[in-house]
Amino acid sequence: MTEQPDADTRVMFAGVHKYFGDFHVLQDINLEIRTGEKVIICGPSGSGKSTLIRCINRLEEVQKGRIYVNGRWLSSDLRDTEKVRREVGMVFQQFNLFPHLTVLDNLTLAPRRVRGLSRGRAEELAMAQLERVRIADQARKYPSQLSGGQQQRVAIARCLCMEPEILLFDEPTSALDPEMIKEVLEVMVDLAGAGTTMICVTHEMGFARQVADRMVFMEEGRIVEVAPTATFFTNPDSERTRRFLEQIL
Amino acid sequence: MNTLISRLRRNLFSGPVDTVITLACLGLVASLLPSLVNWMVFQADFTGSDREACQGSGACWVFVRTHLPGFIYGSFYPAGERWRLDLVFALLALAGFLLRTGPLPGKRVLRLLVWGSGPVLILWLFRGGYGLTIVETRHWGGLALTLLISAVGIGFSLPLGVLLALGRRSPMPVIRVWCTLFIELWRAVPLITVLFMASVMLPLFLPSGVDPDRFDKLLRALIGVTLFSSAYMAEVVRGGLQALDPGQVEAARALGLSRMRTLLHVVLPQALTKVIPGIVNNFIGLFKDTTLVMIIGMFDLLGTVQAALTDSSWLGFATEGYVFAALLFWAVCFAMSVYSRRLEARNKGGST
Repeated sequence: MTEQPDADTRVMFAGVHKYFGDFHVLQDINLEIRTGEKVIICGPSGSGKSTLIRCINRLEEVQKGRIYVNGRWLSSDLRDTEKVRREVGMVFQQFNLFPHLTVLDNLTLAPRRVRGLSRGRAEELAMAQLERVRIADQARKYPSQLSGGQQQRVAIARCLCMEPEILLFDEPTSALDPEMIKEVLEVMVDLAGAGTTMICVTHEMGFARQVADRMVFMEEGRIVEVAPTATFFTNPDSERTRRFLEQIL
Repeated sequence: MNTLISRLRRNLFSGPVDTVITLACLGLVASLLPSLVNWMVFQADFTGSDREACQGSGACWVFVRTHLPGFIYGSFYPAGERWRLDLVFALLALAGFLLRTGPLPGKRVLRLLVWGSGPVLILWLFRGGYGLTIVETRHWGGLALTLLISAVGIGFSLPLGVLLALGRRSPMPVIRVWCTLFIELWRAVPLITVLFMASVMLPLFLPSGVDPDRFDKLLRALIGVTLFSSAYMAEVVRGGLQALDPGQVEAARALGLSRMRTLLHVVLPQALTKVIPGIVNNFIGLFKDTTLVMIIGMFDLLGTVQAALTDSSWLGFATEGYVFAALLFWAVCFAMSVYSRRLEARNKGGST
């Protein structure tokens, strides 16, 4: 039943199971995401959405099944994992900026230490990405001096500095005050237009409608429904999806 | 002036209870301070060269003055070589000044070279060789020895403590168990015991052909002090590591940083900054604990002071000797705590 990945496959889950102790958090996940696709994952809290995307860059290990990311099957090999992480950017709910570094140093750390760029080259790249998220004027500040929305935009820019082929978003706006959600979503809409493959866990259904190619609905560790965005919102297959949409729309 | 008065009023006299406490404290100071100052300064004797000079009812600082070289350089360090220790003190002062002004300019390699050459230079000045007369370690003493033992203890116990703390949190059971054992063992033994073991018992355990004098007694004490202190340091550092948000490591790893890079650039800078007060606390404790080397026959600052108290031509000036030692110890410890506050303030920029 599992297909083989081809040249256009960016991510493929093949029969993935994951447990936290006795808790079966991911149950038989099969999903393929192709180059340039924008996929939004939604579902009630505790349904395993975050765990699912954290498996893609191996922040979580799986107990059964395999995951293919950007040209290779994930394994316990550390060097392979680090290679995958270089090509996959991740934006966290809590931003996770490095508080002891300035915004600029947050952005240049990985390009310098992982990609081996010179400080000058890395700063050039960082400033370009800060322009892109419209926050270049804050480069010399520390994260704690910025608002939540600004911090999340910095976190996005930090990912972009690694020039990733896949971007993962783990509820990027859930920790933000309502008035700051918009500025972050605007940046994400821009990114979606740029063609990078994006996988995003979010409750922002307006954003989903605007950018997603496909929607994934999860409940209790299972993928309940995968559908093109238009179908998903107007005519979902599953009764549970319908109920979920009624609740949050 | 107005603000000073209003501040005094707000901080010291803001209510009846505050006022009573303030007045009580002032009264206590007023009743003790004059006699102390009288003893230390006004009725004290400063000039002269023997105990005949001390006829007043105050402190006899002549005693301290005549023994000062011994207190500072150690009683057995050759007088003709004391300039070497003066140079050491000058180097330490320079280092203190450089730490005050913040990081040196220039490339990191160059900075490491400058800082790395310091200890080598100091050791060379202490011991001699390569053109200087050799002074054996058993002739080292006084404040110089106290500073040396503390500097070595401080310099080695922090990195060792970091390694132990990381080891104790390692996912690998062998490393974790050994580090935990090491920490718990050294923490549970009094320093005196450690020093005794190092100086008296270690030679007993050596194979019969090996000459115990080949292992310098000072070196053994240094190793003992360092290992002892590193166990405490490890627990302080572990506290910092545990206080770190796991999201920090996740973010670094998600960017593709290796474990080592994550540790060096993300984990340690934050964890160590969090525990600066605890680390300096340990440093100060270690500095004062060095006085215990007296037990194994080394004459550190306190040791030389105590030896001078038994000088038959200067009997009866114990108070002066101890007050002097206390003041010196206080000065060094206070300098350390001032530096730590500066360091905390400098690192505050980032933290929330």
